[in-house]
Amino acid sequence: MLSYILRRVLYAVPIALAVSLLCFLLVHIAPGDPVNAIVPADAPQAVVDQIRAEYGLDKPLPVQFGLWLLKVVQGDLGRSLATGRAVTDDLFVAVQNTLRLSLIAAAIGFAAGTLLGAIAGAFRGSWIDRVAVGLAAAGVSVPHYWLGMVLVIIFSVTVNVLPAMGAGPGGSGDWAWNWEHMRHLVLPAVTLSVIPMGIVTRTVRGIVAEILNQDFVNTLRGKGLRRGGILLHVAKNAAPGTLAIMGLQLGYLMGGSILVETVFSWPGTGFLLNSAIFQRDIPVLQGTILVLALFFVSLNLLVDLMQTALDPRIKRA
Amino acid sequence: MSSTAMSTTTAGLPLAPQPVASPGYWQGVWKRLRRDPVTLACGGILLLMLFAILAAPLLAPADPFQTSMLRRLRPVGTPNYILGSDELGRDMLTRLLYGGRLSWFIGITPVVIAFGVGGLLGIVAGFAGGWVNMLIMRVTDVFYAFPSVLLAVAISGALGAGVFNAILSLTLVFIPQIIRVAESTTTSVRNLDYVEAARGSGAGAMSIVRVHILPNVLGPIFVYATSLISVSMIIASGLSFLGLGTKPPEAEWGLMLNTLRSAIYSQPLLAMLPGLCIFVTSMCFNLVSDGLRAAMDVRN
Repeated sequence: MLSYILRRVLYAVPIALAVSLLCFLLVHIAPGDPVNAIVPADAPQAVVDQIRAEYGLDKPLPVQFGLWLLKVVQGDLGRSLATGRAVTDDLFVAVQNTLRLSLIAAAIGFAAGTLLGAIAGAFRGSWIDRVAVGLAAAGVSVPHYWLGMVLVIIFSVTVNVLPAMGAGPGGSGDWAWNWEHMRHLVLPAVTLSVIPMGIVTRTVRGIVAEILNQDFVNTLRGKGLRRGGILLHVAKNAAPGTLAIMGLQLGYLMGGSILVETVFSWPGTGFLLNSAIFQRDIPVLQGTILVLALFFVSLNLLVDLMQTALDPRIKRA
Repeated sequence: MSSTAMSTTTAGLPLAPQPVASPGYWQGVWKRLRRDPVTLACGGILLLMLFAILAAPLLAPADPFQTSMLRRLRPVGTPNYILGSDELGRDMLTRLLYGGRLSWFIGITPVVIAFGVGGLLGIVAGFAGGWVNMLIMRVTDVFYAFPSVLLAVAISGALGAGVFNAILSLTLVFIPQIIRVAESTTTSVRNLDYVEAARGSGAGAMSIVRVHILPNVLGPIFVYATSLISVSMIIASGLSFLGLGTKPPEAEWGLMLNTLRSAIYSQPLLAMLPGLCIFVTSMCFNLVSDGLRAAMDVRN
């Protein structure tokens, strides 16, 4: 067990390195000289050369990667070309905002999905099952950026009870858990929650239906255990698989919130990424993607380890 | 597929027991699909949409690029503008018909390419095993470290806007996912006894793959690929929505949704139409894929 944990953690290191390499290369798959993204087209050659040297772009690629990685490890992601601020500063605020949004969306989606999935799995083939399956299919098929617009039309334009954009009265940096701020969170969080809702519903439904078909459930029934008691056994058996799916979904929410953040002007990583793309602000683009991907790698690792620890059926040596 | 073409028409009455040929696998699949109203309905809607967008030049009442400053944002139901007009006065129905062409094309092409490339690599990895498997699967792991939407946005963000770049980035997102499914299916088939028996009786690698592996793994890989179309359509239109895929004045559902965002206060219904098209298409592909999976699962 211990050696498994150690090996799993060690295996995450080359993955993280490869992910960093991919983020680094993003700049170089872009068409044209990366310097052109920094200096204006009519800049004199001397300035171009100076910038090239300043950013280390005159060195061979592997050396550039090494230097970049060395800085990244020290927590230096460079400076934004658009604002001149350190990328980590902007990213720090943005990650917090995205994390807030994703966690609330995950909580809504997981709760609704677990409930729907458990009911659907327990009453397979009934009308309630069909409703749950339909909702789940709609949840994973709906373009959530469109759903966001629909919710804005209903709750901000027609009824006017919830704000359509932003993260609160004070801009992006001063979050507080009060209604004044939280009402800004409602629409984007609900919009974002439909995907995990759909996927968790499908997963839980499948797992519950499968467990209910197993022999031990029949034995429990035969012994005279009531619904509630059986439910406890089913929940215990379904938990590890469900948690694994949920962990991955949280990662997908963090990485996939860009569309919803754009719709609601939510000042998170997606919003940052979006503006970086259009200003061709390469350091911000690189840094944001790197941080999100590394977060996803760690989350994967955590889910794996947790599943091993929680599920005695998985024997890993 | 089916080994015989013997028909089993018995006019409903159980006649003398005849040697009934076992119907082929695909006949069984078709038979199960025919009894599945949801899948049939969704398949029908998709076919109808496909026909409509292919016949767009014939069906469309107007020119998709003809703007009119005087007739901007007409509501749904205006005479001569059945579905209204967009923010530049272009006929909405026409734009939706033409927009479907690009949305379908950008949504489906990556999955088709990924099915070919990813399927091939996955089967090779699963059948060869050893260091070949190691190499292919470890590279796949790296791409798996990115959430799909993020990877697509990152690649097309770096490459810049454009239909080709959007297709390229989505293809790169889906190849690893298909490789994983193809590899695990192939590995499980490769270790079955009858493949071992074929190998023992001297069959070469190529003929084992052709005769024993391919017929057993292509079905599952195909079903998995169809389930990706729905996601692909959403991300593809999402890229255009962000301004990364299609460029104006081209008609594409995601891009139309983006440009109509400013109209949600004045013409909410109109602004919702492109998204509704994406939703219906994606939902139908999803349900058809589910139906296909159920119908192709022999255990049912």
